[in-house]
Amino acid sequence: MRLSVPLQSAIAALVLAVGLALGPGAHAADAPPSAEDPVLEKRLNAISDELRCLVCQNESVAGSRADLAVDLRREIRALIRAGKSDGEILDFMVARYGDFVRYRPPFKPTTWLLWIGPFVLLCVAFWVLWRRVMRSARPVAAADGAQGGKDGADAERRRRALELLDAESKGRG
Amino acid sequence: MKFKALLPLGIFVILAGFLAAGLQRNPSEVPSPLVGKPAPAFAAQRLGEAAGVQFSPTQMQGQVWLLNVWASWCVACRVEHPLLMEMAKQKVVPMVGLAYKDQPQDGIKWLERHGNPYVLSALDLDGRTGIEYGVYGVPETFVIDKQGVIRHKVIGPVTQQILDTKLLPLIRELQK
Repeated sequence: MRLSVPLQSAIAALVLAVGLALGPGAHAADAPPSAEDPVLEKRLNAISDELRCLVCQNESVAGSRADLAVDLRREIRALIRAGKSDGEILDFMVARYGDFVRYRPPFKPTTWLLWIGPFVLLCVAFWVLWRRVMRSARPVAAADGAQGGKDGADAERRRRALELLDAESKGRG
Repeated sequence: MKFKALLPLGIFVILAGFLAAGLQRNPSEVPSPLVGKPAPAFAAQRLGEAAGVQFSPTQMQGQVWLLNVWASWCVACRVEHPLLMEMAKQKVVPMVGLAYKDQPQDGIKWLERHGNPYVLSALDLDGRTGIEYGVYGVPETFVIDKQGVIRHKVIGPVTQQILDTKLLPLIRELQK
């Protein structure tokens, strides 16, 4: 049996609504225990999201199930309880694991190239593009003249070519 | 004109150089910010000793020593173990073990089976001491000088090559 289009979309909307209602709830069951102190866990997630798990380097400390990440989350939790600020906690991690532990490394002399490099390359690319565009925009006659001036033999060849063309067209005519 | 024609080649060579250098490097070896800094203080229960018998780095003050992070569950530790045994036999340098996230009885059994190159081992049951030292894998080895400053860190198993080219020269230099 074929359903009418309005009925189909009504069913689709219903499925979507149920999915949305259940979705986050079902997901929360997988997350680490967060019931005891939601504010603390929220800060923990924010901080550990900024940190690279060194065992599995493409995961954050927040997302990793590696042993070390679990330990580091415990450590961050303890630091939050001890009243440390987010900045102090990040410094704690950097002091032990280096700047690499942060997904957003700080802006300092050793990371200048990292941060500015792409923009420098972009500027160079624009400069090259601009020069090319300016050159090709120059009037053709002027370019010809410039070439002729530079190379007398070129003008001489062109003159001879025109002569030959002339002679040929006359011969045909 | 000639220079311009060579420009793309030049850029390619530079890029290839960077990429080739990148291939030679091991991304899992993250340089430690602790090198050049005093070894973090801790006091830990000693493996195989009565409860309360503790080790802290200050006890090694005045001599060059190695802090070797190991565990009975660590497979790579077995790779470097014969080398450590050899170093212990030749009394190159005193080595302190840090049994990282290991059960004491497992650690003792492991040392009985494979030999004990350490003057002593300290327990790090919950991995906290490891975090203080920026440990993110086992084994790791720290070279600590007479003043208690970390001078070098080996990530992963110590190999004969690392020992000959880096560790031994450094240890001899520091022992002077």
